[in-house]
Amino acid sequence: MSGTFAVVVARDLRLAARRRIDAALPIAFFTVAVSLFPLGVGPEPQTLRQIAPGVVWVAALLAAMLSVTQLYATDLADGSLEQMLLVPDARIAIVVAKAVSHWLLTGLPLVVAAPVFGLMFDMSPEAIGALVASLLVGTPVLSLLGNLGAALTLGLRSGAVLLILIIVPLCIPALIFGAGAVAAVDAGQSARGHYSLLGAVLIFTAVLAPLATAAALRIATE
Amino acid sequence: MTTANHRWRLYRFASPATFYPLAGKLVPWFAAVAAVLAAWGLWLGMLRAPTDATQGDSYRIIFIHVPAAWMSMLLYVVMAFWAAIGWAFNARLASVVARAIAPTGAMFTFVALWTGALWGKPTWGTWWVWDARLTSELILLFLYGGYLALVSAIDDPRRGDRAGALLAIVGSVNVPIIYFSVVWWNTLHQGASVSVTTAPKMAAVMLQAMLLMTLAFWSYAFAVIFVRARAIALERDNRAAWAGAAVGRTAAQPEATT
Amino acid sequence: MDPAQARSAPAATAATIVVRDVECSRGERVLFAPTSFVVAPGAIVWIRGANGQGKTTLLRTLAGLSAPAAGEIVRSGAATAPLYLAHANAVKDDLTVAESLRFLLQLAGRPIDAGAVEDALERFAIASRRNALVRTLSQGQRRRVALARLAAQREPLPWLLDEPFDALDAAGVAILADVIAAHARRGGSVVLTSHLPVPIDDPAPLVVQLHEPAMA
Repeated sequence: MSGTFAVVVARDLRLAARRRIDAALPIAFFTVAVSLFPLGVGPEPQTLRQIAPGVVWVAALLAAMLSVTQLYATDLADGSLEQMLLVPDARIAIVVAKAVSHWLLTGLPLVVAAPVFGLMFDMSPEAIGALVASLLVGTPVLSLLGNLGAALTLGLRSGAVLLILIIVPLCIPALIFGAGAVAAVDAGQSARGHYSLLGAVLIFTAVLAPLATAAALRIATE
Repeated sequence: MTTANHRWRLYRFASPATFYPLAGKLVPWFAAVAAVLAAWGLWLGMLRAPTDATQGDSYRIIFIHVPAAWMSMLLYVVMAFWAAIGWAFNARLASVVARAIAPTGAMFTFVALWTGALWGKPTWGTWWVWDARLTSELILLFLYGGYLALVSAIDDPRRGDRAGALLAIVGSVNVPIIYFSVVWWNTLHQGASVSVTTAPKMAAVMLQAMLLMTLAFWSYAFAVIFVRARAIALERDNRAAWAGAAVGRTAAQPEATT
Repeated sequence: MDPAQARSAPAATAATIVVRDVECSRGERVLFAPTSFVVAPGAIVWIRGANGQGKTTLLRTLAGLSAPAAGEIVRSGAATAPLYLAHANAVKDDLTVAESLRFLLQLAGRPIDAGAVEDALERFAIASRRNALVRTLSQGQRRRVALARLAAQREPLPWLLDEPFDALDAAGVAILADVIAAHARRGGSVVLTSHLPVPIDDPAPLVVQLHEPAMA
């Protein structure tokens, strides 16, 4: 049902354009979170260079998770979600559309902003390249898993914090392979293994997460 | 029968009305078996197993650590299994059992982590090492925590059952991937140094002790899970006839209120 | 509650919903006693019941959003899903009136041209606010935007409307009554809930009363 997919993505992007400040909040959080680490750890360049991949990745993970409840919250409240779920055979398309919208609005900006933070941590150009590449492959995984979490916790009071608790363990492989790729490049080693594994995680998630998310939506709205 | 009971489509399991008294009778037996096996296993492990050449007597904590770790992993899969059955067949008792398993599984995970730390301190000098097994055990604790948090945050019991089942299934599928990634992470970053606290070469009596302890924990788990499942089933079906009768049978209990 | 209606069901291609001994539940509670009725083409079915009796749950079940706790619902004849209008308007605050309506129509899978959207808004007398953000409208005006979908829908599908007359002024009520009656005359069917009297005489609504479930 590619029609439904395109319609939902277009609408989500248009809504985000009407609320530009809200759409920028994940990036703002990411910036603040990343900047806290040097303040906490000390400004020594060697240390910062070493922790940079992990810090950027963890901040990206948290930023993605914090913004994902919004995927469904307003649609649930004003009844739009019900209308979307009524379209025959379009449940998967809607779920994928939501994940894509989330990635376009949160993941992609993170990927684009990553080089700036790489410079802040005095990373080498190769390492920054690896950071961008790993985030490019890894942030869709975060969006897909966050999507699942949002569907599971639909309408619950505890919202974002609960979502982080249940989804973050599932994101750990992506975190390990993604940050590991950058660390490997930084150490002058090949990151090929990391990228392959990260890619495998992406494919695995892309195939299974939408199914699980569609089931979660059904459970949450029955 | 009544409009409430026709919704119990329990194809292969006894209805809660049957489960409640049956489980109640079994609990003391499981508890007794657990106590006997634990006493025997601990006697073998603490007193009869030989002292290890390199680790001395501090290694004896593995007789609790390893069975607890095994139970923590096994119970997660069992929990996911029953939750999935409950979801697929709309079998409420299966979902109740899954919910009853989670706290016990989490407890074993916690025990495994804690005893792992106790083992690490005399052996490596630190209370915690980020080795693959302990780190995976920690992540398993998060998975249990996530399940418990999710099902308790959902007011509607059936939605909670199904959402929990989905989360448990997703967790089970991911556990091998998570474990693999943690092993990868561990070997890459720390090289050979922080290798796991290796168990000493197993004398027969050590294996025997671990097996006994595992069976003891297993029996204990049955007892505790049955007690908890009875309580949950009673609470859920508190308006049904069998629940009132069950509570009435127990002396000095207040009447179940709707 | 007249199961005899089943005997007079018209042609097989017309969309019909047969409801047999359906019960719905919310959580652990069964909401109403087993209910049966037929939604035949050209009929208006008015579901009545006390607050909390399960009228909305029944509509959602008819729409396919949840499964009934007991009984069965047999749908025949229609190629697409029924049109369900919930209590909530399903219009986004941050979209304009025209954009909101266009989104709902696109979801329903029908090809959209500006004319169709405009005509629908005209029918419910809200076309003058076509470029206003939904956020700026009153409750009644938002309801009109949500209802405009009905004016754009020509096929004789079943309509499932939850308190459609809510928040409308007298003029709005009259327009809606007209639209519903026209739909019924075209062979479509309408199932609605309303705690106010339904101002439609032709066809006369079939009343389905939901009752308390028998005590366990």
